[in-house]
Amino acid sequence: MSRLLTSLQDVRRFLKLLLTHKMGIVGVVIFVILGIIVIFGPFMRTVDPMRTGLPENILIGPNAQFWFGTDHLARDVWSQTIFGARIALLVGFVAAIVTVTIGTLVGLIAGYTGGRLDELLMRITDFFMMLPYLPLMIVLAAVLGPSIWNIILVVSIVYWPYTARVIRSQVLSLKARPFVEASRSVGASDNLLIFGEIMPNVVPLMFAEAVLMVTWAIYAEAVLAFLGLGDPTTISWGMMLNFAFDTGLMTVAPWWVIPPIACICATILAFTFLGTAVSDIMKPGYREARGL
Amino acid sequence: MALLEVKNLKVYYFTRAGAVKAADDISFSVDKDETLGLIGESGCGKTTAVFAIMRFAAPPGRIVGGKIIFEGRDILTMSAEEVRLLRGQGIAMVFQAAQNALNPVMTVGSQITEVIQQHEQVAKEEAWERARKQLELVGISGDRAKSYPHEFSGGMKQRVGIAIATACNPRLLLLDEPVTGLDVIVQRQLLNLINDLRAKLGLPIILITHDLSVVAETCTKVAVMYAGKIVEQADAVSLYKNPAHPYSKLLIEAYPSIKGEKGKLMSIPGAPPGLLNPPVGCYFHPRCPSAMDICRETEPLEMAKDGRLVACHLYR
Repeated sequence: MSRLLTSLQDVRRFLKLLLTHKMGIVGVVIFVILGIIVIFGPFMRTVDPMRTGLPENILIGPNAQFWFGTDHLARDVWSQTIFGARIALLVGFVAAIVTVTIGTLVGLIAGYTGGRLDELLMRITDFFMMLPYLPLMIVLAAVLGPSIWNIILVVSIVYWPYTARVIRSQVLSLKARPFVEASRSVGASDNLLIFGEIMPNVVPLMFAEAVLMVTWAIYAEAVLAFLGLGDPTTISWGMMLNFAFDTGLMTVAPWWVIPPIACICATILAFTFLGTAVSDIMKPGYREARGL
Repeated sequence: MALLEVKNLKVYYFTRAGAVKAADDISFSVDKDETLGLIGESGCGKTTAVFAIMRFAAPPGRIVGGKIIFEGRDILTMSAEEVRLLRGQGIAMVFQAAQNALNPVMTVGSQITEVIQQHEQVAKEEAWERARKQLELVGISGDRAKSYPHEFSGGMKQRVGIAIATACNPRLLLLDEPVTGLDVIVQRQLLNLINDLRAKLGLPIILITHDLSVVAETCTKVAVMYAGKIVEQADAVSLYKNPAHPYSKLLIEAYPSIKGEKGKLMSIPGAPPGLLNPPVGCYFHPRCPSAMDICRETEPLEMAKDGRLVACHLYR
C-alpha cells in the first residue's frame, strides 16, 4: 500500500515534469484528446460506423448531417474516424504490454543468468529479429485470419525481440553494480535480485520501450488493414483506407481518406513525442538544467 | 571451537597470464566477542579473503582450497541454498563505498524490509516496523525509511548499509573498509556506532582496513597481510607495542602518531610484488631491511612466538 502511494506521488511528479517539455505538452494534449474520443465516442454525435445508409447518401461530401461525409456504402465517416481511435489504441496498448512483458522477461533472465541460457535466449531473439517483419506479418495475418486479436498477436511476435535486446544490455551493466552483490551478501535469492533489485532499475527503459511499441503497433495495424489483412467487420483507420483504396475512390472522396491518415499521423506523432519527452526528462540533470 | 575458522584458504584469479594468488594459504579464526582487524596495503588480498568467507569469488576468481568452518560447518561444502540462507542470517557484510551498495531506485526502508522478508515469514507491516527500528538503531530517524539513498549523506548511507546487514541478527559481521572515503568526523561517529553495536548486540566482527588507527581503536586481534599471505597475527596491543614481522614494523612506523615525540615518518621503499610472478622465497624480501640469504631462497612458514603467529625467518 505504501509503495502504491509513493508510486502515485511519483506519477504526479512525473506528469509535472513532462509538462515542462515542449514535445511532452503536444504529446499529452493529443493523448488526452484521444482519450476523450475513446471514452466518450458514443456521445459525440456518432452512429454505428458499420450501418449502411440510403442510396442517395452514398459518397456525399461533408455537410451538417455527415460532418466528414459518407463512404461508398453511405456509412458515416465521422463515426468511423471516432470509433477507429478505439481500435488503434486497443491494438497499440495491448501489443505494447505484451511485447514489453515478454521482452523484459527474456531480457532480465538472459542478462542476469548469463552463460548458456543467455546464449539460447539470444539466439531465439536473433531468429525473430532476422525474420523480415512485413512479409512475416502478412503471412501470419493471412494464415491466422482476419481478426483484431490476430493482428495484436502478429505485432507482438515481431516486436518483442527489440525490447529483449535493450533490456538485456541494461541488465548486463546493472548486475555488475555493487548493490546487487551487497544484496546477495544478505541472502537475497535470484528471484529477488532479478525482480526486486534489477527490475526497478529498468522501469524507465520499459516505459520508453512501451511508448515506442505503441507507435509501431498502431502503424503495423494500419499497414496490415490497408493491405486487406484486417478484420472487415471492425472499423479501424487502416480499414477505412483499405475500403477507399479497394473501391478506387481515394481521389474522388478526399473526405473519406484524409481523416484516417490525419488520425494515424497525429497518434503516432503524439506517442513519439511522449517517448522523446520521457527519455529527455529521465536523463540525469534535466531538472537541474531547467532549474526545477 | 572458534565461531569462524578459516584454514588454508586459497583464492586464485585465473587470468590469461596465469593464476594470481590473491589469497594464498590463509588461516585465521574469530571467536565470539572478538574483533579481528585485517590490515595491509591495497591489493594484498584482504577483500578477496573476506569475500571468500561469504563464498563470493568474482570470476575469474575461484576458491581453490581450504576450509571455512562457521559454527562447526564448512561453508565451502554447503549447498547453494544453505549458503544463501547463511548470508544475512549467519554472516552479513557491510560494503566499501556505501553509495554504490544501495539500490538507487528503492527506498532504504524497502531495502531493509526486503532482507527481513527473505529470511523470515513476517507480515509486511511488521517487517517495515522492524526496518524503522533498524534505522533508529544506527542513529537515523525511522521517518527516513521512505527516503531514497540519494537523499542521504555518505556517512548516513554507510549507516544504512550497517542497518541492512544487521537486520536479520547475523552472528558474524564483516566490514569491508567501512569508513574509507569519509571525513574524519563521520569516521569517528561510525566507529563509535560500530563499537556500540558490538557492545549492544555482542557481535563478532572482521574489519578490513588500511587505516591503522581504526584497527587500534576497534580490534582485539589483528592479522597483517602482505601479497596474499598473512605475515603476522597478534592481539592488537602487542602488535602495536612490539611488532615482530619487519613488514608490520615498517607499517606501524609509516603511520603518524598524534601522541608522543615527533618522529620522522618512515615509508617502505619499493612496491608490493605482482602476484602473478611473486619473488622467490619470502615475498617481502626485496623491501625488507633485515633480509638474509635464506629469505631469498625459502618461504618462511607461520610459527608461534610469544603468543602470536609470525611468518619470518628472523624467528626461526
